[in-house]
Amino acid sequence: MAVTTTPDLQPAPDLQPDPDPTPAAQREPRRIAFRQRIGRWDVKASPYLYISPFFILFAVVGLFPLGYTAWVSLHDWNLIGGKGEFIGLTNFTDVLAQPNFRTALRNTFSIFLLSSVPQVFIGLVLAAVLNANLRAKTFWRMGVLLPYVVAPVAVGLIFSKMFADQSGLINTLLGTVGIDPIRWHANVLASHAAIATMVNFRWTGYTTLILLAAMQAVPRDLYEAAVIDGASRARQFFSVTVPMLRPTIIFVVITSTIGGLQIFDEPRMFDQFGQGGADRQWMTVTMYLYELGWGAQKSFGRAAAVAWILFLIIIVIGLVNFAITRRISTSGSVSGKDKR
Amino acid sequence: MSSTGMIRQTAGAGAARSVERRRARQTARGRRGAGANRRPGWVTYAILTFVLLASAYPLYYSFLLGSSDAQTIAQNPVPSLVPAQHFLDNVGRVLTSDIQFWKALRNSVIVAAVTSISVVAFSTLAGYAFSKLRFRGRRGLLVFVIATMAVPTQLGIVPLFIVMAQLGWTGKLVAVIVPGMVTAFGVFWMTQYLEEALPYELIEAARIDGCSMIRTFWHVAMPAARPAASMLALFTFVGSWTNFFWPFIVLGSENPTLPVAVQLLQASYFKDYSLILAGVTMSTIPLIIVFAVAGKQLVSGIMQGAVKG
Repeated sequence: MAVTTTPDLQPAPDLQPDPDPTPAAQREPRRIAFRQRIGRWDVKASPYLYISPFFILFAVVGLFPLGYTAWVSLHDWNLIGGKGEFIGLTNFTDVLAQPNFRTALRNTFSIFLLSSVPQVFIGLVLAAVLNANLRAKTFWRMGVLLPYVVAPVAVGLIFSKMFADQSGLINTLLGTVGIDPIRWHANVLASHAAIATMVNFRWTGYTTLILLAAMQAVPRDLYEAAVIDGASRARQFFSVTVPMLRPTIIFVVITSTIGGLQIFDEPRMFDQFGQGGADRQWMTVTMYLYELGWGAQKSFGRAAAVAWILFLIIIVIGLVNFAITRRISTSGSVSGKDKR
Repeated sequence: MSSTGMIRQTAGAGAARSVERRRARQTARGRRGAGANRRPGWVTYAILTFVLLASAYPLYYSFLLGSSDAQTIAQNPVPSLVPAQHFLDNVGRVLTSDIQFWKALRNSVIVAAVTSISVVAFSTLAGYAFSKLRFRGRRGLLVFVIATMAVPTQLGIVPLFIVMAQLGWTGKLVAVIVPGMVTAFGVFWMTQYLEEALPYELIEAARIDGCSMIRTFWHVAMPAARPAASMLALFTFVGSWTNFFWPFIVLGSENPTLPVAVQLLQASYFKDYSLILAGVTMSTIPLIIVFAVAGKQLVSGIMQGAVKG
């Protein structure tokens, strides 16, 4: 039996099997050489073999389409007619000149802010509540997470009925406390708030659990030190918990940026036409992309241009986030020391 | 322990256990001081109950309206908390409507199952290689995987659709399955997990016993990866089941998944919310069942992922 060494293990150096004939090899030189060669090949090639499905598939269905989007956006490209002439940046200038595009961009950012900012705050408070020494911990945690398994389409349908302008649940309840009905669909900001509510309904529990996990990882002695210094519970929360959670909060913000700026399902389901309202008051960028490519225009070129613009926006925001993170994490520790 | 023997005999094992637990708590409290581990008061539970109601009521609301009828809904914006009698009627109407509910259900099951299996298989393979094997470019490739988690691949839909049309896959399930077969998150997740959960000694032992690389993976890495793999499968399943945008574009109404079919319900019967919300309830029930069985795992999956990520 050929002893295959274990160069695949991390701590071991990448050693080449000794070509000198070992006692065993003297007895059966050929077979062992062959086996060793197979063994070496196995060790060398296997890692690449194991990671290749991911990289090949991801290249085909993830990276290539993204890159090819740029190519499509430079052409007059139709859903039915296929590829047309090369027209340079015309699609981009066309799209940027459209008032609908600017409306969509405004709506997307508005919905995004209305959903992610309250979500982080509510998540922090809820996580603090869940972090107490509760009875039936898992039950409460599961209760918070329940909406996560409901499809956005279902959430959209349920809430669009609740937020109906006439004879909706929410307006009726508001009426009982003397608030005039809000025109959830007609009013721009109200429609954004309603859609943001759907997003928050589905994701707040998820965010809460992430923040809760981070809270539990905060070292106990920090709290003990704070208690000795006479900090109240509220003071402990703001001076110990929140600063320690900063990396996690930033992680949550970054992931919600990537998802939130591509929002489609909830606004699409907000009425039965799926076009973002009569004045496009809640049409998002992805809805606009869909309408350009698969709606009346069937212009893949313009849809691709919108996709590429949104992609760049997300990347830029990601980089800004990253830069802020780095500044906070370096200056944050200093100010943290000052406080204590 | 022995002091609860009496209670065990008189009041049963459950009571004995709870007494033991209480005593353990009391001693722990005594040791740590009263501050940190104090049981919270009723305000905390009141807040949590409110949150619980807020997260469950919309689903119950959907069921309430789904068991009502169009007239009642129009007259009473606030549904009574007791469901009406028409749920089965509405279910029947959903099933006989032209949204092909059964086909959609079957499609959703197929897509979610196949993508879960494939994501778990490929992620475990890649995660094993990244965490435990040594090869040139390992670090760089892993950084690449992590970076791709931040790439909004949904924005590649235009060319993806062109490719699917060229292949003749539009309207076929394979067009939804193939793009979902791998995720960067899955690879990252399994890498993180195996790094800690799989000792080098085990791999070494298998190799010394003469296992080939793939057998080592199969007999050593796979069993070690099981807890994380089942969580990853769960998350992929939920993600696939609730996914709408891409199936909506590439499948269309002929061969829908559940979200696509439910959306169709709204487009064609928008005046009758009892029908729409019955359909919504029907499409949600399977995942509620999954949640009831495996919700605990989802919770701990999110919390573990958060600490590492």
